[in-house]
Amino acid sequence: MSVDLVSDDMQRRRAIPLFDGGLARRGFALNAMCFSFNDRANREAFVADEEAYCAKFGLTPEQRDAVARRDVLAMLEAGGNVYYLAKLAGIFGLGVQDLGALQTGMSVDEFKAMLARWADKVPADARVALCANFGEAV
Amino acid sequence: MAKIIGGYFTSHVPGIGGAIVRGDQETPYWKPFFAGFPPIREWLAEAKPDVAVVFSNDHGLNFFLDTMPTFAVGAAAQYDNADEGWGLPVYKSFAGHPALSWHVIDALVRDEFDITTCQKMLVDHAVSIPFELIYPGAESWPIKLVPISINTVQYPLPSPKRCLALGRAVHRALTSWGGDERVLVCGTGGLSHQLDGPRAGFMNPEYDLFCLDNLAAHPDALTGHSAEQVAELAGTQGVEILNWIAARGAMGDAAMCEVSRNYHIPISNTAAASLLLEPA
Ligand SMILES: [Fe+2]
Repeated sequence: MSVDLVSDDMQRRRAIPLFDGGLARRGFALNAMCFSFNDRANREAFVADEEAYCAKFGLTPEQRDAVARRDVLAMLEAGGNVYYLAKLAGIFGLGVQDLGALQTGMSVDEFKAMLARWADKVPADARVALCANFGEAV
Repeated sequence: MAKIIGGYFTSHVPGIGGAIVRGDQETPYWKPFFAGFPPIREWLAEAKPDVAVVFSNDHGLNFFLDTMPTFAVGAAAQYDNADEGWGLPVYKSFAGHPALSWHVIDALVRDEFDITTCQKMLVDHAVSIPFELIYPGAESWPIKLVPISINTVQYPLPSPKRCLALGRAVHRALTSWGGDERVLVCGTGGLSHQLDGPRAGFMNPEYDLFCLDNLAAHPDALTGHSAEQVAELAGTQGVEILNWIAARGAMGDAAMCEVSRNYHIPISNTAAASLLLEPA
């Protein structure tokens, strides 16, 4: 791969942003706490004493603050990965549309309407089950 | 030699599991998605696979960031599901096929794919939901599982090109296996969606249809992008298309017939699809 393509991809990682080594290092403690929420007992321990539970995982002040404020974008900025953060969101009773609304500043209904509008970009024949035979081997 | 009878591809969004629990399959919101599966079930009733080789990604149930394998192959006698933390039911376990798993592992490493080997592996909704969709209400799964996990969580991700090559190496492994199992190859996840960040809710029907239109006959067309480019095109979770690409590779390079296809927007935050291919 050429140097240019590599630097394009590194640029994409920062722009989108993508969860690479930089974010994975920054977010380790927060993600470790979220990973622990696969166990019900840990979810209950968090709810019972959030401060103590966060302290046990050594969250950075930035991470602790983002969790306290239920600020999803700040959690991402602090290195949280959405696959793990979803388990924390579950404790708060938030689904992925709630998360989407929180991150985009829309209401949940506005966010759901935005999701549905993507269907307008689908050509009419795209949903139809085809029965095509591709006779050429790859 | 194992017989590869087909390739089954589907989205695996957790929300599908919720819809199944609530019995929402016929509601206006869910029906266009669930409508993709009766043709696949009918085909399965005839085709009767006895092993499923499943390419999927873990979502923080089995793997954490302490140890994140790029490619991991299960070699367990049994694969359990477990609580993922957000209220889905715990799904029934899969029986494994350790002898076939170890054959695949040996063949892959001989083929210079230096994969991680897992004698214990939890499987999450990315494996369970696709089988809930095709074997609804089954007492036990009628197939044995060989799971192959691809990292779609932490960059660097393997490239689409590498995933297709991995799949093709799995195909070679299956063709050199001494048993006569009927193998269903599966790829789960996608299609375009993004859960995180200011672009949350992003989808890309144009890219999805490019993938659907080329997967059967021209899978190499999907390998012209880096993983980062796929994330840009398909959304940060849309990179789960890597599982589909690998699974297509595992079907081999023979011509494929598209038996069934369904594409629907939206389910949850996702552009959803199901696809069934069989060797022509
Ligand atoms: Fe997923």
